[in-house]
Amino acid sequence: MTAAATTPRGMPAGSTRSARWTRRLRLYVPTIVVFIATIALWEVAVRSRALGSFPLPAPSQIIEALATNWGSGRWPLGRAAVATLFEAVGGLLIGTAAGVVVAFATARFGTARELLIPLAVGASAVPIIAFAPLMNNWFGVLNPLSKMMMVAVLVFFPVVVNVTRGLTQIEPAALELMRSYAASESTILRILRIPNALPYFFTALKIAATLSLIGAIVGEYFGGANDVLGRVVVQSASSLRFDVTWAAILLGAATGIVFYLVIVAIERMVIPWHASMRAHES
Amino acid sequence: MTEQPVTPAADAVVRISGVDKLFGSDSGSVTTALQGINLDIGRGEFVSLIGPSGCGKSTLLRIIGDLIQPTTGSVTVNGKLCAVARHDRDYGMVFQAPVLFDWRTVEDNVKLPLELMGWDKARRDARASEMLNLVELGEFLRHRPYQLSGGMQQRVAIARALAFEPSILLMDEPFGALDEMTRERMNQEVLRIWERTGITVVFVTHSIPEAVFLSSRVVVMSARPGRITDLIDIDLPRPRDVETREQPRYFELVTDVREALRRGGADQIEPGVDEVPEGASAERTRVEGGIG
Repeated sequence: MTAAATTPRGMPAGSTRSARWTRRLRLYVPTIVVFIATIALWEVAVRSRALGSFPLPAPSQIIEALATNWGSGRWPLGRAAVATLFEAVGGLLIGTAAGVVVAFATARFGTARELLIPLAVGASAVPIIAFAPLMNNWFGVLNPLSKMMMVAVLVFFPVVVNVTRGLTQIEPAALELMRSYAASESTILRILRIPNALPYFFTALKIAATLSLIGAIVGEYFGGANDVLGRVVVQSASSLRFDVTWAAILLGAATGIVFYLVIVAIERMVIPWHASMRAHES
Repeated sequence: MTEQPVTPAADAVVRISGVDKLFGSDSGSVTTALQGINLDIGRGEFVSLIGPSGCGKSTLLRIIGDLIQPTTGSVTVNGKLCAVARHDRDYGMVFQAPVLFDWRTVEDNVKLPLELMGWDKARRDARASEMLNLVELGEFLRHRPYQLSGGMQQRVAIARALAFEPSILLMDEPFGALDEMTRERMNQEVLRIWERTGITVVFVTHSIPEAVFLSSRVVVMSARPGRITDLIDIDLPRPRDVETREQPRYFELVTDVREALRRGGADQIEPGVDEVPEGASAERTRVEGGIG
């Protein structure tokens, strides 16, 4: 074999770690600049009264509202964010667990797949969020479980669809290989189908992370305990305290981003071999 | 049905008799993929199946490997029905795509069949490094498949196929996706391994030079219906190397095979066309989506 044939593709490990960081930073510089410029423009526009009486608080006012309402007062934002995140995470766990169980059943049994997958795909076109008042009614408007169930239903369908795909969309030659080893169906599941489904599972989780906060907050719009983000948004807006409303929205956004990033971090740990995890290399 | 050439072989590892294969389509039409196939393959032979797209050579390989059932006829391997042979793990398979699992290291990919066959860890470790040394990838044990070039990945697949010492190696256009230079190097590599292990090889290809360079016997097939039209013994001396490809006898045999293909009605060999009925596509479909 010649040298050319034995040189691996990809990066030599370690040596260019700092170079990679520099490159990545440079990639994000334009985004950061645009972001800061937008915030600055917003601040100037509000302070110079260029918007007239349009009810938009300046970024500095929003930050101030966030700070003063963090731990106490009528709108304890910090506590509200924790409570909403609790509902979102709880619902995500319930919905994901149910979705994975159903996905395994549909992957295993062809008839279940023919029956359920069109339903699950169809369900993704339904504005499931409209069920929120029903959930409040069924599980108790003050009970966090009502929001969790809303989230669980939202999360359930993308998990079923993606995990089923991951378990069933296998390279035909890989299945032939396993059959040439006379491997049993349970061995194929363990050795091939489950690892193959992991990237699909994390795709579903990332969709679910976003959906879960939407589900929790919108569920709260239709009633619930006072110290949750959705209630703070509704009540502060009706009291014309838009600085608090914006602060709650900002906090909801930040919570959602953190939630998403946590899942990405777990994904990187669990499936470092997947192509999407390697996109930043080389 | 016309008279099929049959090679008498006392020590036949593979014995194919009277195999027909029909494929039905959704529209109700029936395609005859293979018709009246009789073939004996002797122990330690290197047999290539060559023919145009649609001649059923990949189908025949899969029938030998018990991955597809023939419509009529039978295949025995080592005197057993091919289904029994598969359960006895008599087959090593190499496909056009390497089919390595990205979640396993190169070493663990080679160990996969050994795990399934219940080898203990010490034996697995020893065997995997032995096989990777055989394909000259001993230093890439801990690499991931995607860190290797296409040719290297295919060598890992060969190491994996040979690891559990199957009695027959089935190769389905293993180098079809490689460039010409790499392909010739891999041909050399496969011959070296074949000479060292003495394993029986059935090799599907649509490259005439590849078939002639590698084989002890070339089985020429034609399409519609897929059938065997010629058997050509390749009497080139061994060991074969770069100079083999420059010998007059080599060119004569290449011409013989080409003419046999033409006689069989294959005016043009279409390179790069996959004819596997089930579609052993190397493309992995990653579908992302959901509701948002």
